[in-house]
Amino acid sequence: MLQSTFTIIQSKALTASVQELKLKGDCSAITVPGQFVQVEVPGKFLRRPFSVVDWEENLLTLCVRRSGRGTDILCNLDAGTELNLLTGLGNGFTTRHVTPLPLLVGGGSGVGALYALAKNLTNRGKVVSAALCFRTAADVYYVNQFAELDAQVYIYTEDGSIGEKGNALDALELTHSQLFACGPLAMLAALDANEELDAQFSLEARMGCGFGACMGCTIETTEGPKRVCADGPVFPGGVIQW
Amino acid sequence: MVNTTVNLCGIDLTNPVIPASGTFGYGLEFAKFYDINCLGSFSCKGTTLEPRIGNPAPRIAEGNAGMLNSVGLQNPGIDHVVSHELPKMAEVFHKPILANVCGFSVEEYVQVAEKFDACEQVGWLELNISCPNVHGGGMGFGTSCESAAEVTAAVKAATTKPLIVKLTPNVTDIVSIAKACEEAGADGLSLINTVMAMRIDLNTRKPVLKNLTGGLSGPAVFPLAVRMVWQVYEAVSIPILGLGGVSSAEDVIEMMLAGATAVGVGAANLKNPFACKNIIEQLPAAMEKYGITDLQSIIGGAHHG
Ligand SMILES: Cc1cc2nc3c(=O)[nH]c(=O)nc-3n(C[C@H](O)[C@H](O)[C@H](O)COP(=O)(O)OP(=O)(O)OC[C@H]3O[C@@H](n4cnc5c(N)ncnc54)[C@H](O)[C@@H]3O)c2cc1C
Ligand SMILES: Cc1cc2nc3c(=O)[nH]c(=O)nc-3n(C[C@H](O)[C@H](O)[C@H](O)COP(=O)(O)O)c2cc1C
Ligand code: FES
Repeated sequence: MLQSTFTIIQSKALTASVQELKLKGDCSAITVPGQFVQVEVPGKFLRRPFSVVDWEENLLTLCVRRSGRGTDILCNLDAGTELNLLTGLGNGFTTRHVTPLPLLVGGGSGVGALYALAKNLTNRGKVVSAALCFRTAADVYYVNQFAELDAQVYIYTEDGSIGEKGNALDALELTHSQLFACGPLAMLAALDANEELDAQFSLEARMGCGFGACMGCTIETTEGPKRVCADGPVFPGGVIQW
Repeated sequence: MVNTTVNLCGIDLTNPVIPASGTFGYGLEFAKFYDINCLGSFSCKGTTLEPRIGNPAPRIAEGNAGMLNSVGLQNPGIDHVVSHELPKMAEVFHKPILANVCGFSVEEYVQVAEKFDACEQVGWLELNISCPNVHGGGMGFGTSCESAAEVTAAVKAATTKPLIVKLTPNVTDIVSIAKACEEAGADGLSLINTVMAMRIDLNTRKPVLKNLTGGLSGPAVFPLAVRMVWQVYEAVSIPILGLGGVSSAEDVIEMMLAGATAVGVGAANLKNPFACKNIIEQLPAAMEKYGITDLQSIIGGAHHG
């Protein structure tokens, strides 16, 4: 865990509501795909948690969906703005024992969170299927980025305006040996209920601290209460009491 | 050279800064960010007899200058705290701590207090009769003089350590409750716990917190806390641990001028894990700026003359 200053070097609208932020700063605390950062938003008391979409030594990528006042402020900041971040938070995905056909299922603002994982897996020669699920065509983002990694990209929209008409559950019909998913809680709960194979789910929760101190983000699991921020945000299938 | 030492109920603190219960866990998370031995002391998470998971999520919301929580005393229970958390804590913190004692009956408070009393690391018991987020205990004891006095006297009889009673601001007259606790044997008082509050989500038209209400803390409550510390200081002669919204060295000095002997820092730790370290480092310069050489000498300074 590290607290340090990052500078926005690029802010680009991917859709009407999702903004891609590229930030310059020390990424040394980020070690595993699926970790998150806590961003201090000007004028807001609590930090906002965002998944690491991609990182290099000194370059961090976030995809922020405008979903309230804080994310709106963040998405409107100009390049050059300095932000205080806590980096290297959370456990991230376990990638040591990846089977040959991993399926990544992302819903809405959870899509970006799977990018670093897809990169890690394709770099290691895995045949990655990425099912990117959205409400409608106008919400679609990051398809090219996943395609450039040589992942097999499948798009699902609820209204069928682009890709397959369907949702995350339909993606389970794709041939796969293992599941990684990030998206709204209801989507993850439905996947968990329907998936028999080895699975990992990345959760969201309202957070006080983001580093394990306040018990604000607790969920119930078969192994007792767990903190989404410090014991997660990634949990194995079958343990969460949704 | 300035002197930041204060004495809280017979125990010297190298400085008055004490992370507040529930915002510092058992210290381990913060020890990953800095050496927490720079702290005066710290107050551990509120501990009950049995393990508690607390309230359902969501249990965090935000205000303009603070946060609401409805955690509801999630903790692993006193036996686990004594056998697992305190030994781990001993590796990262080498000073006496405040043990935050919670319960749902006088007997439970006494049992938790007795178990903490046997722990060498515990310097003070902080009797939490002020948690607004649990039902049928917690704040219930802190809202009437009679029940506050009853639980204070019972716990006092069960411990050899200094007993600090933590008061709730969610009452019409905090002074009378403070006096009742002093008369019942409290060695000190800490105030304030969180202020009962609510946020409503405009999209769902429902309260944000599943528990409906939560406790407000952070800079928003600082002036309220200063006022209450001031009033209680006028009425009692035991030391006060002042807290509520403190986030800078200046706030520490203001709280002490109002009457606090030591100063707690809560929500600020969650926003910035280095908050207490920064405050402690900035304290000497702030003291010099305001012409203070001995911190202990300013306690209640705003009341004189
Ligand atoms: C581990 C993790 C990773 C995340 N990754 C991303 C990401 O990559 N991209 C993205 O767009 N969003 C992500 N989110 C969700 C994002 O944190 C929220 O959308 C954001 O905090 C909302 O802030 P706001 O001020 O706009 O909303 P408001 O509703 O005004 O916020 C009020 C409070 O509620 C909290 N809050 C509201 N919605 C959420 C939520 N869904 N999850 C957690 N806290 C919430 C806020 O942090 C704030 O404390 C992630 C959340 C978590 C926990
Ligand atoms: C997340 C959270 C959990 C808390 N848990 C406890 C607790 O277990 N016991 C207690 O006495 N006070 C608890 N409190 C209250 C704080 O110790 C403190 O009294 C209050 O937050 C005011 O200080 P602040 O404004 O600096 O946060 C909690 C506060 C927060 C924010
Ligand atoms: S947000 Fe504080 S413990 Fe998870």
